[in-house]
Amino acid sequence: MAAQDTDIPQLAHPLEIPRLKCGAMAESAPYAASREHQEGLGFPGELLPDWKERALAKMEELAKRNRAFQVYLDTCVKCGACTDKCHYFIGTGDPKNMPVARQDLLRSVYRRYFTFAGKYFPKLVGARDLTEEVLDEWYSYYHQCSQCRRCSVFCPFGIDTAEISMAAREIMDVVGKGQKYCNEIIGKVHDIGNNLGLQEKALRATLEDLEEDIEEDTGISVRIPVDEKGADILLVTPSADFFAEPHIEGLLGYAKVFHEAGVSWTISSYASEAANFGLFIGSYENMRDVSLRIRKAAKDLGVKRIIFGECGHAWRVAYSYLNTLAGPWDFLDQGYPIPQHILEFTWDEIQKGSLTLDKSRNDHIRLTFHDSCNVARASGMGDEEGGQFEIPRNVIKAVCNHFHDMPRDTIKEATLCCGGGGGLLTDELMDLRVKGASPRMTALKEVTEEHGVTHLAAICAICKTQFSKVMPKFGYDMDSVLSVHQLVSNAIVLSGQDAGEGDGSETPENAPNDAIGEEV
Amino acid sequence: MLGILFAVLFYVATLVLVIGVAARIWRFARIPAPLKVPIAPAPKTSGGVVLRMFREVVFFESLFKSNKWIWLFGWTFHMSMWLVLMRHLRYFTQPVWGWVEVVQPFGTYAAFGMIFGIAGLWGRRIVVERIRYISSPSDHLMLALLGGIVFTGAMTRFVAHTDIVAVKVFMLGLLRLKVGPLPSDPFLLVHLFLVAALMIVFPVSKLLHAPGVFFSPSRNQTDNARKKRHLAPWAAKMES
Repeated sequence: MAAQDTDIPQLAHPLEIPRLKCGAMAESAPYAASREHQEGLGFPGELLPDWKERALAKMEELAKRNRAFQVYLDTCVKCGACTDKCHYFIGTGDPKNMPVARQDLLRSVYRRYFTFAGKYFPKLVGARDLTEEVLDEWYSYYHQCSQCRRCSVFCPFGIDTAEISMAAREIMDVVGKGQKYCNEIIGKVHDIGNNLGLQEKALRATLEDLEEDIEEDTGISVRIPVDEKGADILLVTPSADFFAEPHIEGLLGYAKVFHEAGVSWTISSYASEAANFGLFIGSYENMRDVSLRIRKAAKDLGVKRIIFGECGHAWRVAYSYLNTLAGPWDFLDQGYPIPQHILEFTWDEIQKGSLTLDKSRNDHIRLTFHDSCNVARASGMGDEEGGQFEIPRNVIKAVCNHFHDMPRDTIKEATLCCGGGGGLLTDELMDLRVKGASPRMTALKEVTEEHGVTHLAAICAICKTQFSKVMPKFGYDMDSVLSVHQLVSNAIVLSGQDAGEGDGSETPENAPNDAIGEEV
Repeated sequence: MLGILFAVLFYVATLVLVIGVAARIWRFARIPAPLKVPIAPAPKTSGGVVLRMFREVVFFESLFKSNKWIWLFGWTFHMSMWLVLMRHLRYFTQPVWGWVEVVQPFGTYAAFGMIFGIAGLWGRRIVVERIRYISSPSDHLMLALLGGIVFTGAMTRFVAHTDIVAVKVFMLGLLRLKVGPLPSDPFLLVHLFLVAALMIVFPVSKLLHAPGVFFSPSRNQTDNARKKRHLAPWAAKMES
């Protein structure tokens, strides 16, 4: 669907509850995975004749191996608390985008085949047979969920639609109805090592160019090493950081911080990707295989620490799952968190006083911060509860004079998704992405009107790409979205650098955000 | 005859309730949670988890953050129900326990709290477009069942007094496997019948939210994934 067809929702406030528009998004669906992409991940290439039996068998298996799936299917009381919490519902008004209704697309089938009430009184409890129409409906609406978990925060039982949506996608994959965007990308990681399919040689060339840019800009030689055995730190960052704007500016920020901290570090060409789309398709096996690349890289390079760059769902997988999927990490230095977030590292250095920061270099920016959903709700930072909210803000306030938060019910654990997460950052879903972004954009407009906010900082590759695409539709420049480490990069005064030189404040050229930027 | 009928009904209902709920709890407890999925703001210690769960089941904290109306009706209903249930212990104990005597006056009038809660929740189910959309017939039926129980119970207490002493003798008899006569007061009989029906549908209905809330991984997990390795038995097999 072409983006210009989208009528942009006009919300009076970020959380305005829309009237129901039944079927409004029924036509929305991403491109299907080709045979090649399906088979590359061990899934059937097309819908199998016995798909229904396989789907039900998979559902049963998931209920036996994932407590969340079973408990959430049984526990919902239809109280309605979640009904107005999803940004896609707020943006589209389609009732099937209400979290409980989205869950019910699958729960109704679960009830029909696996519960007493659904087997004998299907009409009474809203149970229904699994048909091809139902499967198509799943495909459409489980690809209108960014798995951001906002509904779960507000559910009296913590029911997490992301768990149901991941399970639904896994069921669809095993019957041969996978999504192109996710499955193609996971295939590239398995084959090459990153979402972009970027080979080692190209990666090296790119990073050398970036080193030259820094030197040209600052007069100081700052390295971005690749595959350096014996380095202390392995940096795992989304591959968008190598190519897309404003992601690259963030990468320059990491490099400068490492340089000033005086640590030795390296990127791995084998594990040159922090993103792990195995999460989005609910596949433990795929998520594990992608994670194990990081383990192998860490061992091969002999590093002592692992640090992750700015990426939302990657940090979820890293913080919450890496120990499970690819641990134990007994060969790394136990004196540091395993893994560590780049913001934790930078905040430590700021507190130690090892960075010279000139906040005035960001004075042309009036900033707000977008809590990325997976960082905010599914991970942590530091040792304190809520560190994932405070540490990014602490770093921002250390490098930026003008900072204003958006309304409290749209940030931190209640943050609104950017509209492009969870495997939806693909062009054919642009209509959905714009509508889903409208609550966040409305919150942004409020701080623009109130405090003159000009820029939005994010710590997620998906958020950054999504915002650079959708912000122009809401009256902002595409470079109004920034990496947090871009602000650090602007403010940092490198040792030996003349003050005033290398003012990072000039905004980057509007880099074309072509298809490459999509594949974070 | 009535006595025998209701005795059988209650024995069956109790068995269904206890076995049904125990089986579901057993199932919930045995299924592993393969990944760490606590939802923010997530506690870092198991003590913090206990505290969080306490706030959820006693104050309905998340529901309060979510929607003040649903919270008001839902919380009033549930807390009133606990008072009413505690008060009802007097019909199964002789002598009546001291604290049950204390609860007695509160439990009596809590019936109106239950009616207030049910009316509010049902009203929303009908009036609010979004909640009407997600409601199945069973959601209305459940409210009707609960409403019927509270209404008939309140009638026996406040309007058409039943021979409560005879009811208590009947219940105490049931506990000792002795079936005696039951007053044939219609409000009482409907009340008891609906209660038995509720007990029977409990394990196959959304009333499973009562045990379910304690097994919700997003709420009962500790946020310590980096410090302590979490591994499901089926996932451990992949490593060998």
